[in-house]
Amino acid sequence: MNGKRPIWKTALGVVLSALMLFPVYWMINVSLTPASAMRKSPPDWFPLQPTFEGYQAVISQQLPYLGTSLIVGLGTVVLTVAISAPAAYSLAKLRPAGRGALNFVLLIAQMIPGIIMAMGFYAIYLNLGILNTLWGLIIADSTIAVPFGVLIFSAFMAGIPNELIQAAKIDGAGTWRTFRSIVMPVSRNSIVTVSLFAFLWAWSDFIFSSTLNGGGTLQTITLGIYKYIGNNNQEWNAIMATAVVASIPTAVLLVLAQKYVAAGVTAGAVKD
Amino acid sequence: MKRPRSGQWAAWAFLAPLVIYMVVFYAYPLFRNVELSLKDYTVRAFVQGNAPFVGFDNYIKVFQNPTFGPAFLHTALFTVISIIFQFAIGMALAVFFHQNFRLSATLRALFLVPWLLPLIVSASTWSWMLNSDSGVVNSVLHTFGISPVNWLTSPNWALTSVIIANIWIGIPFNLVILYSGLQNISADLYEAASLDGANSWQKFWRVTFPLLRPVSAITILLGLVYTLKVFDIIWIMTRGGPGNASTTFATWSYQLGFGSVLPDFSPAAAVGNLLIVLALIFGLVYIRTQRKQDLS
Repeated sequence: MNGKRPIWKTALGVVLSALMLFPVYWMINVSLTPASAMRKSPPDWFPLQPTFEGYQAVISQQLPYLGTSLIVGLGTVVLTVAISAPAAYSLAKLRPAGRGALNFVLLIAQMIPGIIMAMGFYAIYLNLGILNTLWGLIIADSTIAVPFGVLIFSAFMAGIPNELIQAAKIDGAGTWRTFRSIVMPVSRNSIVTVSLFAFLWAWSDFIFSSTLNGGGTLQTITLGIYKYIGNNNQEWNAIMATAVVASIPTAVLLVLAQKYVAAGVTAGAVKD
Repeated sequence: MKRPRSGQWAAWAFLAPLVIYMVVFYAYPLFRNVELSLKDYTVRAFVQGNAPFVGFDNYIKVFQNPTFGPAFLHTALFTVISIIFQFAIGMALAVFFHQNFRLSATLRALFLVPWLLPLIVSASTWSWMLNSDSGVVNSVLHTFGISPVNWLTSPNWALTSVIIANIWIGIPFNLVILYSGLQNISADLYEAASLDGANSWQKFWRVTFPLLRPVSAITILLGLVYTLKVFDIIWIMTRGGPGNASTTFATWSYQLGFGSVLPDFSPAAAVGNLLIVLALIFGLVYIRTQRKQDLS
């Protein structure tokens, strides 16, 4: 088998990928279809007369939603890294008593259905009067990513050689200094992974947006699309154009951090 | 004795933000959720803070509700059928991509797209593809002489439609984990099997499948936990309808709490807590399985 790379396997792989990605192609195709051809039967398989009216609608109507999601995403990234990186360093290198129990709690935390968290947050926020605030949404969104962040960071930081940390100590650096000047810079790759996932999850979140920020003046892009579908189900090119724009972070993540993505998926599931 | 103690101080100082965070933003919302389900909350009671304690009344009401049976059945069907197909297709693709042909790494990366897309994007795209009159799926069926199906608007098909979309989204997850499991199987074993005259079919069933059993168990258990809580896809595509033809526990809970003008927070929280019990049962089995594998 070695060295022989049958072309038919590549061909089959391309066909399978095309089948799998057909919905993505269809989203782009519909986003470029003129409104007049939207209800045609059979539908046009290729955007032969592409129109950008859908994308114009995005720019004129959806920019505030995109901006809000950007802020919420970035806020979630900062909060997630700030909470999970120091904790992961402690779990991986400082060996606190009770770390087994904490790891167990983090695993369980990842399994709690979003609807339950949403309901609890709603009750708390309603009483505190902080429904429909962006930072309230950022806190809720970060709960999706923090346990994952601790997991990824501690898996990575466990691999940092102890000699490096000892050397810093001998040079007179305290634990905080060691963390800030040695551990964090060395962990750059895991910071990228955690940040990308935290951003993508906050960006994609629908359940917290719709329950905790449904009446806010600044709403996220997922609600923008959701309302679009509800209000004018005639302009599917505009809806699909918004969907294409909302998929940009996915594309960025895949191009920038492809190998980390696979690592991120498997990190929680398989230990080797 | 002095050094370890100061080390413990630093260790806990670094952990403190996380511990506080977990208590305030995980434990407290969960506690509020339990409290909601044991009291009779209305919007007014929320504001005044005087909801009466009713014990397990909300749970009894939920069990007696005519939606309970269908919601339970749909949750079970949605979860089991999704996982069977996601796992089988994911496994076939993992074995296929493991053969390292030209472009295999790139194509495998492209397979991640469905899993990474925002769910609202996937759900709205599938909604339009499955549209009764103008959807591409019915158009393709038409060329094969099959009459159009009301995918999202017929009670007979709504659950099938959301399951199809969910299988599509879940395949990448299964593919990635099973693929990483395949990479841990030594190539020597396949060579030995070849020398013994095994064909590819036999190699799969006699070598790959038994050796992948631990990874498969983990994939399926995690899949169970994740699929039980699927909400976005169903809510965006069908809102659990028509009627309650595609209602699961997750969408029912949301429907009760947020889906109508007059919210029923307390029964909604009760349904949510039933869901969490289900998720935790599979979650604990998962953790046990993983521990056992680490030991062996």
